[in-house]
Amino acid sequence: MTTQTLGNVANPALAARWRRATSEPDWLRWTLIGISLSFLALFLILPLLVVLYGAFEQGLAVWTAAITEPDALAAIRLSLFVVAIVVPINVVFGVAAAWAIAKFEFRGKSILITLIDMPFAISPVVVGLIFVILFGTQGWLGPWLAAHDLRIIFAVPGIVIVIAFGTMPFIARELIPLMQQQGKEEEEASLTLGAGGWKTFWYVTLPNIKWGLIYGIILCNARALGEFGAVAVVSGRIRGETNTMPLHIEVLYNEYMFTAAFAVSSLLMGLALVTVAIKSVVEWQTERSRRSADTP
Amino acid sequence: MSIEIDRINKRFGDFIAVDNVSLTLNDGELTALLGPSGSGKTTLLRIIAGLEQPDSGRIRFQGEDATDLHVSDRGVGFVFQHYALFKHMNVFENVAYGLTVKPRSQRPSKKEIRDKVMHLLEMVQLDWTADRLPSQLSGGQRQRIALARALAVEPKVLLLDEPFGALDAKVRAELRRWLRRLHDEIHVTSVFVTHDQEEALEVSDRVVVMNRGKVEQDGTPEEVYDHPANPFVYQFLGNVNLFHARVQNGVAKIGSVQIAAPEYAGQQDSLALAYVRPHDLEVLNSREEDALHARIDLVSVVGPTVRLELQTDTSDQAVHAELSKHQYRSLGLVQGGDAWIRPVISRVFLRDADSP
Repeated sequence: MTTQTLGNVANPALAARWRRATSEPDWLRWTLIGISLSFLALFLILPLLVVLYGAFEQGLAVWTAAITEPDALAAIRLSLFVVAIVVPINVVFGVAAAWAIAKFEFRGKSILITLIDMPFAISPVVVGLIFVILFGTQGWLGPWLAAHDLRIIFAVPGIVIVIAFGTMPFIARELIPLMQQQGKEEEEASLTLGAGGWKTFWYVTLPNIKWGLIYGIILCNARALGEFGAVAVVSGRIRGETNTMPLHIEVLYNEYMFTAAFAVSSLLMGLALVTVAIKSVVEWQTERSRRSADTP
Repeated sequence: MSIEIDRINKRFGDFIAVDNVSLTLNDGELTALLGPSGSGKTTLLRIIAGLEQPDSGRIRFQGEDATDLHVSDRGVGFVFQHYALFKHMNVFENVAYGLTVKPRSQRPSKKEIRDKVMHLLEMVQLDWTADRLPSQLSGGQRQRIALARALAVEPKVLLLDEPFGALDAKVRAELRRWLRRLHDEIHVTSVFVTHDQEEALEVSDRVVVMNRGKVEQDGTPEEVYDHPANPFVYQFLGNVNLFHARVQNGVAKIGSVQIAAPEYAGQQDSLALAYVRPHDLEVLNSREEDALHARIDLVSVVGPTVRLELQTDTSDQAVHAELSKHQYRSLGLVQGGDAWIRPVISRVFLRDADSP
C-alpha cells in the first residue's frame, strides 16, 4: 500500500486530487470566513460604534460633563477602588492555590480544582443573594454584624466581597496549568543552592510564571470593572455611594439620560479596549518567551 | 565529608520506596547507586539531599545529624536528570545563583563572584557560553553548566540524579569519563544514581546495587561484577546464561558437566541454577567428557568479538557465548554446526527464594 501511494505521487493529476482532498474547497472557506466576519461585525464592531456614536452625538462638552458629574465621578472612583483591592487579593489567592495544586499532593486536591471554577458556574445574581443571606440584616451573621456596627451589605465591603468571589478563578486558572507543566525541579535546584523559600519564589518561581500572572491579572481586572449582577444585589444602588460604573450606567439609562449613559459606557469600553490591547501584547510576549525556551 | 545513612525508611502510600537501608559513604568517594527503576535509588538520593523526608532513620554528614536540616542549609550540590537550569537566567547568572542568594554578610563581592563563575565555566570548558540562555545550549552543555552551578557553592557532598540519562549514547560516554576526571581533581564526596550498569562500573569507586528498596550488594565495581552476591545482581550486571543444575554433596551437575559448589556441601539432590557469563563459557569443537553438546544457531560478529547463540540438548533456552574472532577462526566453528560448551567460571544458587 505504501509503495503504491508513494509511486502515485509522481502522477500530477493524482497529486492535484490529493491536494484538494486535504484542503477545503474555496466556497466553503469563504463561507466560513464570511460567517465569522459578519458575526463579529454585527455583535462586536457595530455595538462599539453605537456606543461611541451615542457618547459623542452631542459633542465633546456634553461627554465631558457627563463623566465629570459628581455621581459619575463617585462611580468611577468606587470602581477603581474596588479593583485596587480585589486584584491584589486574587493575585495572592491565585498564586497560593496554583502553587498548592501544582507542587503538592494532598487529599481533596481535585475538589479544590473543581471549587475554583464555581464562581464561573453560579449566576452572579445568585452570588449576590448568597452574600445577602450571609451578611444581610436578616442573614446568619447579620445580628452579630449589627451588634458590632459593621455594614457589609449595601456598602463597599459587600461589593468588594462579591467581585472578589466572581473574579477568583481567573488568576488561579491561568497559573495552574503553567505551574504544573513547569514542575518543581527549578525550585528544588534553587533550594539545594542555599536559597530559602522566599528567595526561591522571588527569583525562580515568579519570573517563570510572570507572563501568565500578568495575563490573569488583566482578565481579573476586566471582569472586576464590568461585574454587574452580583453587585446590583448587594450594593443597594445608593447614588454617589455604592454605585459602580456599570450600575451607574444602568441608573442613567433607566432615567432616559441616554447620552450620559453612553458617555460613561464609552469610558468603560475604553478601559476594556486598553485591557485587550495589553492582553495582546502579553500574549505575544508569552508566545515569544515560550518559543525561545523551546529552541534547543 | 562522609555520609552515614542509618536505617532509612520511606514509603509512598503502600509503596515501599526505601526499606531500612544503612550505608556509609566514605569521604572523597564516588559512589554509584545502581538499580532498575522503582528500586528506591532516586528516593534515597533525594533523602540525602533533604528534598525528601524519611519516615524513619537518620542521615549524618561527617558524624553530624543532618536529618532535620533544611535542604538549603545542608550544603549539598544536586544535579538533576533534566538539568533544571533557570530558564530565564543566562549561563553566568545560573552558575552565580548560589553565591548571589547568600545573605549579605556571607556574600562574596561582585568581582569575587565573577572570578569564581568564570573559573568554574572554564573548568567545564564552557566559558564562551556565559551570556547565553540555557535554551541555546545542547543537552550535554546544559548538564555541564548544571554541574558548575552545583559546584559554585562548594558543596560538601555532590549528588547527581541520573545525570546523563537524558543524553544520547555518545555524549553520555564522553561526559561520564569527564565526570570521572573532574572527580579525581576535586575529590568531593559524590553519589550518583544510574540504571546503566556500564556507567556505574566505569565511573565509580564503589557500586551500591539496589532493588525493591533494599541494598543487594555494596562493593567496588570489580567485586560487584566478578562476585555478585545473589542472582539479582548477577542478572542486573551484564548478560548471563542460566543452567538448570542439581546439587549433591557440594557438586552441581548440569547434565554431564560437574561444577564444584563447596558452599552447598550439605545439600542432597537440590535444584539449583548455575549462572555463567557469556565470556566465561569455553567453546570446544570436539566432544569432551565434561562439556555439553550444543548446536550453533547463530553467529554474529560484533567488531573484534564473535557472539554465538547455541542450543543445548536439554534446555530450550538459548545459550550465549562470546569469544574473540581469533579463537573463533582457529576452532573452525560454523553456523548450524556442532559445538561443546564448558563453564569456566560460574556461580551456583539454590532454587528457593528469589530465584527467577
